[in-house]
Amino acid sequence: MITIDRRLTKNFDWLTLIIILVLAIIGISTIYSATRPPTGAGEHSDFYLKQILWLVISIVVLFAVVFFDYRWFYRFAYPLYGVGLVLLTVVLFAGRTSLGARRWLNIGPMSFQPSEFFRMIFIIAFSAYLVTRGQELKGRLSASGIFLFALFPMLLVIKQPDLGTAILLAALFVSLSLAKGISRRIMTAILVIGLISIPFFGNIAWEGLKEYQKNRLIAFIDPEVDPAGIGYHINQSKISIGSGGWAGKGYLKGTQGPLRFLPEKHTDFIFAVFAEEWGFAGSIALIGIYLTLFLRGLDTAMKAKDEYGRLLAAGVTAMFFVYFTVNIGMTLGMTPVVGVPLPFMSYGGTSLLSNFIAAGILINVRTRRFELFYP
Amino acid sequence: MITRIKIGSLIIAAVITLFACRLWYLQILQRDKYQTLSETNRLRIIKNPAPRGIIYDRNGVPLVKNIPTFSVSIIPENLRNLDRDALAKMLEMPLQEIEEKLNKKDNSPFVPIKLKLGLNFKDIARIEAVRSDFPGLFVETEVGREYLFGKAGGHIIGYLGKITQTQLNRPDLKHFPPDALIGQWGAEALHDERLRGTPGERVVEIDALGRELRLIQQKQAIKGGDIHLSIDINIHKAIENAFGEKAGALVAIRPATGEILALESLPSFDPNVFAMGIDYHDWKALTENKKKPLLNRALQSQYPPGSTFKIVTAIAALEEDAVKPDTKFTCTGGLGFGKWTFGCWKKGGHGSVDFHRGIVESCDVYFYEVGKRLGMDKIYKYATALGLGRETGVDIPPVKESKGLVPNPQWKREKKKLSWFLGDTFISAIGQGFVSATPVQMANLMAAVANNGDVCKPTLIKGGSLPRDAVKLKPETVRMIKDALQGVVNEPNGTAKGAKSSIALTGGKTGTSQVVSKRKGLGGERFMDHAWFVAFAPIENPEIAVAVFVEHGGGGGAVAAPIAKKAIEAYFKKDDTKREQEIRPNDND
Repeated sequence: MITIDRRLTKNFDWLTLIIILVLAIIGISTIYSATRPPTGAGEHSDFYLKQILWLVISIVVLFAVVFFDYRWFYRFAYPLYGVGLVLLTVVLFAGRTSLGARRWLNIGPMSFQPSEFFRMIFIIAFSAYLVTRGQELKGRLSASGIFLFALFPMLLVIKQPDLGTAILLAALFVSLSLAKGISRRIMTAILVIGLISIPFFGNIAWEGLKEYQKNRLIAFIDPEVDPAGIGYHINQSKISIGSGGWAGKGYLKGTQGPLRFLPEKHTDFIFAVFAEEWGFAGSIALIGIYLTLFLRGLDTAMKAKDEYGRLLAAGVTAMFFVYFTVNIGMTLGMTPVVGVPLPFMSYGGTSLLSNFIAAGILINVRTRRFELFYP
Repeated sequence: MITRIKIGSLIIAAVITLFACRLWYLQILQRDKYQTLSETNRLRIIKNPAPRGIIYDRNGVPLVKNIPTFSVSIIPENLRNLDRDALAKMLEMPLQEIEEKLNKKDNSPFVPIKLKLGLNFKDIARIEAVRSDFPGLFVETEVGREYLFGKAGGHIIGYLGKITQTQLNRPDLKHFPPDALIGQWGAEALHDERLRGTPGERVVEIDALGRELRLIQQKQAIKGGDIHLSIDINIHKAIENAFGEKAGALVAIRPATGEILALESLPSFDPNVFAMGIDYHDWKALTENKKKPLLNRALQSQYPPGSTFKIVTAIAALEEDAVKPDTKFTCTGGLGFGKWTFGCWKKGGHGSVDFHRGIVESCDVYFYEVGKRLGMDKIYKYATALGLGRETGVDIPPVKESKGLVPNPQWKREKKKLSWFLGDTFISAIGQGFVSATPVQMANLMAAVANNGDVCKPTLIKGGSLPRDAVKLKPETVRMIKDALQGVVNEPNGTAKGAKSSIALTGGKTGTSQVVSKRKGLGGERFMDHAWFVAFAPIENPEIAVAVFVEHGGGGGAVAAPIAKKAIEAYFKKDDTKREQEIRPNDND
């Protein structure tokens, strides 16, 4: 019989758990509203039921993640990283193409996106690597090391192409390096190389972009040019949000989603559905909940007992924050349409599960902040 | 590291604040705009065409009926993934034509583009079966017209057709959609506003694929008002083939009211050809036809009225006491005047001719003498008073009515820079030379005579009360003229025995409009004279006055008179119970 360490229950990070459960439940109720049949008659699609099932699975996995000390991740960091790179390479050759991107790997009847899990692997492995690099990142060796560490997976992800994950990896690379502490020279080098490579890579990236990705960028710059095309998404999203007004149209009273004006209503644009029904008041409350989650994550990073825990917590928080920013920014028409889900709320089992695993790491780090000995 | 994490929390706070501001902007400041957009997003107004009013003839016979026609349209926002080749194949249209319609510059993304008009049930069944392959494609029902009598009355009834660019520029038609159907000719055009009705509206909630989910509000279409025309379609049917291969016109007027009983110009056109959306081939055939089916000869052909004009000269003579009924002139086959000889149509001459015989046998010399006594100014006075030389005012869009011409010395001086000779008076007195008139003017003249001098403005609306110019005529004048016109048709020497009817006692006058001088002796139809015949019936209380004009028909008595008889008999023969004002003609041989 498994005995649970008393300190584990005593110091458990209930607040983070409650926050993500609240977000998941708001998500499921919004999915329920967004996918209800438009006339009140007809069958309700079972997206919300599937999401409930995935939530149950995710909660179980989260507790499993919390149960093992995060130091275990440190031990397996490099092998995990290797497996991740192999999977990203395999998916380029053997992957299944869908919606213009080769992202999926079939394993028997199931299919999954290696990049979904690689973001976690990257946090685990890169943090472990940074821990070995001494007090601060400086010198040629450190610089080339971290570049190589980040470059390979980014190139592989861009090739798929998976713009969302590529942006995330770049953001994690920068934010983890900064969190670790980095010499001015390396930081300057990163900035200079980044600026120089923007036109160069930008061109390659532009050519490498699929037509739909180019359209998204163009549409972002001027959505009104093309109201029926990609800009249509942004316009419809703005209509949904704007028509919510102060207090919203009321739960199950929104029209944009059920009437199918809003595309991807239960996945990428779920915030628009929420904002239409709950208005300005509800939207502010919701981003308030996210703000609490992020600040709690940073607080966990500050209070972590060791550097690895700090980097893990900072990385996971950065990941949540980047996804939140890209998704809400897109929904509000402030950033280009990049198909990333809103953490904990968007429909999608893999995404929910991997976010719960990430949150599990966060809880793990905070729960063990007082432990001095490794079990 | 701790300070760097604090910087991180500042970045997070900044982003959250930015989002909050954006939410404030969208949800509070722009709320009204987006709420309107959200409403119109899910509500679509679907116009429901009103059934068009029906056009009836004077006896209540419907001349047209509404039939549903279908059109196929596509919403441009769905074009992105459209398989244009497949669409062209399905609609049986050339790809190029579809591309042209889809690539127009002024297409708005949410206004449907009409691809094809005038489809029938069979086409629609085929399209509906595969419609799901073409998102945004939909079928609309429109009110089309079927003209029940084809070519008969085509010029008057007109047709319903697609609005033209010129019309769209008119202020009163500006609000019409670019593919609206409006009355384009004849009564359909003239009474378009009344016939049109008020379209209904269905406000429906739709989803983004344009599927109707729920009816929110409905306004029933109001049928357009019916129009009762003054025409009798039986007359039109009776004379449809009476002209044979000849071109010409017939106008029949009810003398007491000016109601047009029939107005036909032949060859005519079938309005149904236009109603289904005329194609280039048919249009070319109509416009390039040498016989000009689109020309309304009843209103636009102006030719010398020939001897039918003698009615005017005769009235002027009696009214002005230029001759007495028993005044006689001797016809030797011509009248010498200076070095000229003005011939009579009867080479051997008529001998001694009085007023009655002068008209019955249409003796030219008699009217030369009358003309000489009257002078041109008097003839001019009566001709214009009886409606010649000016528009009658009948309105059949888009036809522009010709004025005809009654000459006088002043006119000749101004227009021709020549002085007036007595010879001009001679040939004018018998309706040749410069005199010209349209069939509708001649019918109106005949109606005025039948009406004892009251000139009406001809109308195509049943029972309209109308302004009239009364020409005060002495009762003896009217009696003498009517007696003589009855003689023309019914007496053994009359020139129009072909119009004699056992149904109605008819009076009339023949006429021949010379194409070229006979002396030139040219043959062929192109050089044959035009034939005229004007008539009215019955003699007492006339109900119908007719003018018949046959282009290159030869003599009026032989060709035009039988056509007038057909029209008159068609008018009297039909279902008697329907006719108001029963006035039975005396059977009189």
